[in-house]
Amino acid sequence: MSALIAVAAEARAARIAPARESHYNFAYLDERSKRMIRRAILKAVAIPGYQVPFGSREMPLPYGWGTGGIQVTASIIGARDVLKVIDQGADDTVNAVNIRRFFQRTTGVATTERTAEATLVQTRHRIPETPLRAGQIIVYQVPVPEPLQRLEPREAETRRMHALAEYGLMHVKLYEDIARLGRISSTYDYPVMVNGRYLMAPSPIPKFDNPKMHMNPALQLFGAGREKRIYAVPPHTRVESLGFEDHPFERQKWSSACALCGSGESFLDEVVTDDRGGRMFVCSDTDYCTRRREAPA
Amino acid sequence: MSDAPILRASGITKRFGRRTAVNAVTLELWPGEVLAVVGESGSGKTTLLGCLSGRLAPDAGAVEFRTRHEGLKDVYAMSEAERRLLARTDWGYVHQNPDEGLRMGVSAGANVGERLMALGDRHYGRIRGEAGDWLSRVEMDPARLDESPRSFSGGMRQRLQIARNLVTRPRLVFMDEPTSGLDVSVQAKLLDLLRSLTRSLPLAAIVVTHDLAVARLLAHRMVVMKDGSAVESGLTDQLLDDPQHPYTQLLVSSVLPA
Repeated sequence: MSALIAVAAEARAARIAPARESHYNFAYLDERSKRMIRRAILKAVAIPGYQVPFGSREMPLPYGWGTGGIQVTASIIGARDVLKVIDQGADDTVNAVNIRRFFQRTTGVATTERTAEATLVQTRHRIPETPLRAGQIIVYQVPVPEPLQRLEPREAETRRMHALAEYGLMHVKLYEDIARLGRISSTYDYPVMVNGRYLMAPSPIPKFDNPKMHMNPALQLFGAGREKRIYAVPPHTRVESLGFEDHPFERQKWSSACALCGSGESFLDEVVTDDRGGRMFVCSDTDYCTRRREAPA
Repeated sequence: MSDAPILRASGITKRFGRRTAVNAVTLELWPGEVLAVVGESGSGKTTLLGCLSGRLAPDAGAVEFRTRHEGLKDVYAMSEAERRLLARTDWGYVHQNPDEGLRMGVSAGANVGERLMALGDRHYGRIRGEAGDWLSRVEMDPARLDESPRSFSGGMRQRLQIARNLVTRPRLVFMDEPTSGLDVSVQAKLLDLLRSLTRSLPLAAIVVTHDLAVARLLAHRMVVMKDGSAVESGLTDQLLDDPQHPYTQLLVSSVLPA
């Protein structure tokens, strides 16, 4: 037991003072690749919501695990950055732990679980509950960057639709949802219009998080590794979720508050506690939940 | 009818390799007029329709359309955005096979409402109301608004395709053999519907058909094509009753007596 505790303490110490492994270039990618990706990012920032093709590199993790996000992070991270990595809101799940460790080993930067302390947040499928501030950058991992892909499989055609801003098809899909189910059925990756011009897939964040993208003071970058696309929402940019006048966009709501911190404003996960139907709802954002429980009541 | 043509095509020529599919065809269409293009298969009817409707750039010649605000404009000199906007507002295109002109994956209502949504209508109730209205105008049961086109018969799919095209009240509709895939009784009903629609709306149409009966029933004027050339044109009744060109005479005499 004491040995285990010693190992855990050692691990904690390693997190505080991580050692960079010098046989890798800083942040794993070579400098020319990073520069190529930064050029794509600059273009993406200049045209909010536009998908910029880039030469996606092979990364030491499989497609679908965040190869796009990790390349974006690797090209913009600096030695003085403080990195936070989350997966579905949690700092301690497999994807988050591995990506965090990857950057610790290849850059030696400080990491944190606190949203407010981070300068760079890489996320899989959530936006932290703590509001982001100016100067922070959030990097999203994107599996399918093309919001029209399921409706129009020909890429030449979807690009033309973006070029001409012909987005009627997306509303056909929403119409069909309402006609069949009485409401718009998408709950994640809910399509948004960026700066009144480009239709964009916000990556599979719950639609609960969509309003947070609107006029956000932080820079939001999106990377899709397999699909080789980068796009961005610069700070203070309009991001509107699509809807109909008589069936507007709505956030998810829960009937209960978080069972741990009592928050009624956060995105809740349902957790099954036993095999007799016991369950509880807790914050998906672990950092937010912990801070609220630590704060003096 | 007004005194200016809504569509004017001059010297349309389209080649595929060494083969000339359409050879220097010139025609004019006036607002509210229905023009039939008849001829045997392989005579270049559908290619001509493609050239006229902005889908297939001709090798020579010009197609001009009278836009609402800017008068006659060369269709192929427009920007692609402008041409596509025209194609989904002022124009309609009815395919021979309704499956090509419909989105088979979504309901009838979404099919009819697509153009409205493409033009920026964002009110679900209004789009749905309009779609239901158009279903009844093409003599379909509005209660089937939420059904997939796959559950419809061929004749109903064709009606749905027509409704989908007419919902933006286009001024010009191109039809490629709109009745040829249907059985005779359904054909008659559809022709009846098309005739009443072209009369009640201010709608000009170009109908490609190999069926002289369709031309007689629908069209004011007709153009006879053979081997890519327009060999004869004139008022439908006149042309069918008194054909001048030997090929037209052959065509008219080959119709089986009813």
